[in-house]
Amino acid sequence: MTVQERAGSVTLGPVLFNWQPEKWRDFYFRIADEAPVSTVYIGETVCSKRAPLIEPYYAAVAERLAAGGKTVVFSSLSEVVSKLDRKLAEQICTAEGFLVEANDGSALMYLKGRPHHVGPLMNVYNEATVKFLAGIGAKNICLPVEMPAKSVGALCEATRDLDVSIEVQVFGRQSLALSARCYHARAHGRTKDSCRFVCEEDPDGLTLSTIDDRKFLTVNGIQTLSYEYLNLVREVPSLRKMGVSRFRLSPHTLDMVGIATIFSGVVEGKLAADEAAALLEAMKPDAPFANGFYHGKPGYTWNTASVH
Amino acid sequence: MPRSPRAEPPASSLRALLQNIPGFLLAAAPLAVIQPILSRIASHVATDRPELFARLGVHARKRFLIDPTDLPFVLVLSPDNNRPHLRAYRRTENPAHHAAISGKFFILLDMIDGTLDGDALFFTRDLRVSGDTEAVVALRNALDDFEGSALDSVVSSFGPLAKPAALAVSALRSMQASHRHA
Amino acid sequence: MPETYIRPELVCPAGTPAALRTAVDAGADAVYCGFQNETNARNFPGLNFTPAELEQSLGYAHARNAKVLLAVNTFPPAGKFELWRDAVDIAARLGVDAMIVGDMGVADYAAKTYPNLRLHLSVQAGASSPEAIRFYCQAFGIKRVVLPRILTVAEIAELHREIPCEIEAFIFGNIGMMAEGRCSLTNYATGLSTNMDGVCSPAADVHYEDDKEGNLTTRLGPFMIDCFAGGENAGYPTICKGRYTCSASPEAYYAFEEPVSLNLSALLPDLMRAGVTALKIEGRQRSRAYVKAVVAAFRKAVDDVMAGNAPALANLLALTEGHRETQGAYRSKAWR
Repeated sequence: MTVQERAGSVTLGPVLFNWQPEKWRDFYFRIADEAPVSTVYIGETVCSKRAPLIEPYYAAVAERLAAGGKTVVFSSLSEVVSKLDRKLAEQICTAEGFLVEANDGSALMYLKGRPHHVGPLMNVYNEATVKFLAGIGAKNICLPVEMPAKSVGALCEATRDLDVSIEVQVFGRQSLALSARCYHARAHGRTKDSCRFVCEEDPDGLTLSTIDDRKFLTVNGIQTLSYEYLNLVREVPSLRKMGVSRFRLSPHTLDMVGIATIFSGVVEGKLAADEAAALLEAMKPDAPFANGFYHGKPGYTWNTASVH
Repeated sequence: MPRSPRAEPPASSLRALLQNIPGFLLAAAPLAVIQPILSRIASHVATDRPELFARLGVHARKRFLIDPTDLPFVLVLSPDNNRPHLRAYRRTENPAHHAAISGKFFILLDMIDGTLDGDALFFTRDLRVSGDTEAVVALRNALDDFEGSALDSVVSSFGPLAKPAALAVSALRSMQASHRHA
Repeated sequence: MPETYIRPELVCPAGTPAALRTAVDAGADAVYCGFQNETNARNFPGLNFTPAELEQSLGYAHARNAKVLLAVNTFPPAGKFELWRDAVDIAARLGVDAMIVGDMGVADYAAKTYPNLRLHLSVQAGASSPEAIRFYCQAFGIKRVVLPRILTVAEIAELHREIPCEIEAFIFGNIGMMAEGRCSLTNYATGLSTNMDGVCSPAADVHYEDDKEGNLTTRLGPFMIDCFAGGENAGYPTICKGRYTCSASPEAYYAFEEPVSLNLSALLPDLMRAGVTALKIEGRQRSRAYVKAVVAAFRKAVDDVMAGNAPALANLLALTEGHRETQGAYRSKAWR
């Protein structure tokens, strides 16, 4: 099967923030029942300390999603350093019967040789890397958020004949950096070991502003994200033409079912991109949209000009 | 925490030393006297170290204001390999430039000569940079690839004047070293 | 009985051929450098080597028993892979002692095309666990891993027992707060990527403003990164060393890290005991003056340890960012 023949679909990335476990569960229940998405990624990708909080609900959430016709993929921890991190990575990657998305090299150690996904926090920038990963079992690769359109197009073109689908994040705050240090804890004068889960106060992350009071970044534990929300709804048709078949939304405390419905309409060609953009504008979070990376511009910027 | 002491030597001893070295260091000298020497330095560097221009790339055509804050004049360097020039201006003339580097004379001298680290000088606020930062970084890196001492190379290019000039420079250096360790 | 150590390799930075000679003369066992393009993570104006300069430098280093390691450690975006492939080809032809790689595609190409070319895994690959390192070793025949600056000495010792390759660890210089190879902050603010273009806070987007009161404001693109009062030591305008405010801290604070430099001279014996066999000094973008001072100081410190003496801890504070130094993550987990 070539990429061109692949049906396009919307996917939902893992919740990156520390949501109350019951809220987390109910969010996925609603997604399972109502959202027009093909694949849902679940699991804790940011902090191994948070993982036990949602673990009790994994089974129920996975079952409900499957019943809703969604493919469930477990997304692995992105920064694996401590014993706890390593144990979590091993648990996720060696569990029988689940598809796993690798977010760091340790996951690949476990997953190579069997079908798996590769997440956007892995560095897959070129055709040589895609070919290598396809050779060890990658079936779907979500590209890094900073990839410009030109490179996405070239990558799709060069990997057309491989049995790998290409996925791109099209909505939600953009992950910009990972660290071993917890910046949520630091903001509250604590350390990662003594954090007392202070990140739960910020379900869409903690905003950092510059000294001259410009909103700039978003802190989520060891992760730093953009303040702006990525919105590539106008670019979906171009991405489709390039050969991208999967369009990832990153969850926020917004109406994600509504947002998924809009993106799904565009991916399926039932909704014009301009119309979709207007609908999203009306649902806008309390922060601007950005699409700079795609256009080869600074990631915080909003560009209306077409790339082609 | 004490900052690296780089106290200025007394004006009289500084003057005494400067009297022995090439005229371009003479603050009081008319610019007309200084200028031929500066031009000599520019053309010497251009012929002696052509690879400097490869490192500078597009920045070779830019104008760098070099401002020794403790002297009454400023220099404008335009490394352009076809027509390199180094020109002195009275500070009040405020000559046009793309980028400016300022600091005390000794500090600039030792940085150009590869004995002080530009980044460290920036961290301690002994060096100030404004304007086209990329051009300054390119110039700093290009100069840093200068084999041996750039200053010695220039000094030796002065022919018969080289020996007294070299003596003066080494005297300057030891004076500076003693102040650094003071 | 005095402890005996395996003699570690002192791995030193060079941004120019002159800096490379300076490092070799000051006692470097190995010098690492890069080409004048985006194939390495210090793609700064006026810096780095042409193939001809690399060839001459190899001659200089080898004549003095020093090795030359070439960093080809960035991530080629699709459509530009050729530039990285050329860098690998040139490195193999000139006979560099090892190549430092980060991208899986580049590593795969090098391993398959030049099976005798020694590969080191760059810190840019972000391999921070035994499993990740083993994966790279098995896939590409990696001989040495450069560890991210996020592990404690105790964790390094444990890791050493679980991996099949040598360990290189940073001992001095700029301390990157974000996991290397996993940071798009520069691209977010400037449109140039650390991973794809090899730049971090590119000078073209850096702006310094001195005001009349003597305050120094530093900006990256449109974003204010810090403002230093007169006399206060300054730092590079990198996003991860800036001061910001947030709801938990209305007073501007260093949200990620303060402008400090890593200095592990006091931990050298511990690192060597933990199994670190290559000690790396950061700073290809720094001057010859820096290279000379830092390499000479660590040459002496390592020789002291090998001779069974306590290392004379040279004062390198003058060369550090913000004039402050730290042991970062290496001492304890409280850093996290």
